[in-house]
Amino acid sequence: MPDYNELLQQVVELIRPLAPPERPVAADTDLVADLEFDSLKVMSLVEQVEEHFDISVPLNILPDIRTVKEFTVQLQRLIEGSAP
Amino acid sequence: MSLFEKFEPIAAARRALAESGVESINVVMEQVLSPTEALIEGRRTILAGTNNYLGLTFHPDCVQAARRALKSEGTGTTGSRAANGNYSGHVALERELADFFGVRSVIVFSTGYVANLGMIATLTGPGDVLLIDADSHASIYDGCRLSGAEIIRFRHNDPADLDKRLRRLGERAARTVVIVEGIYSMFGDRAPLEEIAAVKRRHGAYLLVDEAHSLGVLGERGRGRAEEAGVEADVDFIIGTFSKSLGAIGGYCASNHPELDLVRYANRAYVFTASPSPSVIASTRSALALLRAHPELRRRLWEQARRLYARLSAMGFRLGPEPSPIIAVRLVDREQALAMWRGLLARGVYVNLVLPPASPDGGSLLRCSVSAGHTPEQIDQIAQAFAEANATGAPD
Repeated sequence: MPDYNELLQQVVELIRPLAPPERPVAADTDLVADLEFDSLKVMSLVEQVEEHFDISVPLNILPDIRTVKEFTVQLQRLIEGSAP
Repeated sequence: MSLFEKFEPIAAARRALAESGVESINVVMEQVLSPTEALIEGRRTILAGTNNYLGLTFHPDCVQAARRALKSEGTGTTGSRAANGNYSGHVALERELADFFGVRSVIVFSTGYVANLGMIATLTGPGDVLLIDADSHASIYDGCRLSGAEIIRFRHNDPADLDKRLRRLGERAARTVVIVEGIYSMFGDRAPLEEIAAVKRRHGAYLLVDEAHSLGVLGERGRGRAEEAGVEADVDFIIGTFSKSLGAIGGYCASNHPELDLVRYANRAYVFTASPSPSVIASTRSALALLRAHPELRRRLWEQARRLYARLSAMGFRLGPEPSPIIAVRLVDREQALAMWRGLLARGVYVNLVLPPASPDGGSLLRCSVSAGHTPEQIDQIAQAFAEANATGAPD
């Protein structure tokens, strides 16, 4: 199971192709304010994360997520919860 | 920050539409002439964006039944059935729908939106899971949000993805409701219900099918996609609307589960809403009887749907994946969609304009809906208008 920093790195790599070119992506990057993510982009990111980590991401967690860090923390919980 | 600041993106979108000369959301039908024609901007216009699938809105039986109920029972029920009492027509409609679907019981709601909202929010709660097709209608998403259950999307029309997600849920699959639609409202594609029902059976989940666009449209008896796919026994809850093929307004849930009557009393969208007006119930009952007695309406609908799909396809338009009474014309971008929509209206054809982010994949669409009431000549006029609007845009 990846630790937080490993996970953050993987999440950043998944976000980068969806973000505007040259825009930095780090833990405190705001998905909407900094990367201009709309609902379609958010859902596209969720699908890629689900595929990558073999998890299902409940829509319920999305309203509370603003930054890459918040997203990563939630993913860590989901991955830990789905571990056998 | 003002209370209304959050509506600024809507204001900006409306300004942009107005500047491009398109007020698609404010189209007024000055006079409705028939199920397939109205006067718009003083012009006789073919309606190809109504969901009036069987063309029953002016049927003499429906009009007469509504008129009779209006005269004998008045204009409205003035309250909820739970508090203010049941009109006999509402009870009779539930019985007739149960007989039509061959199920134990049916609940009638005041709209199709409310049927989805109320059923999903009441059936599930914290600890339960809702596994919904990604392209689900807003009423399904809203019902999910209201329920407090965990909401997970699966890829549109992808039984393998559904299977994977049910597997991940393990024992929680037994407390999961899978939600799909018979025909999807944006592209007119059908759910692969044979495979979805098999997946649901394998994991022991529940299955809810929204047949809003498929009632009266699919199946030998017009019961919808579940009938067509031969999986009615696997469907736990069928939800639908009276506002499309039955030409009125209202919704229903049909189920064989004996607990449906308990759901009725726990259902806030049923208990705390005024029940439909008696005239609406009366015309719906007549329309249901016509749907049952006249399968040729369905055949006529499909003939016209295939005709329009073939015409538009031959012209090179990119369409939804299969012929259907909903035919989505995919356009290159927003500007082309706006110009075409304006061009069609100027040529006396009304269709639905769908701009991002309303469409599932963020594209721009012109959505046509075909009716059994359309004549072959009207279908050809619609296709001709598409050809002309595509070539030249709006005429001067």
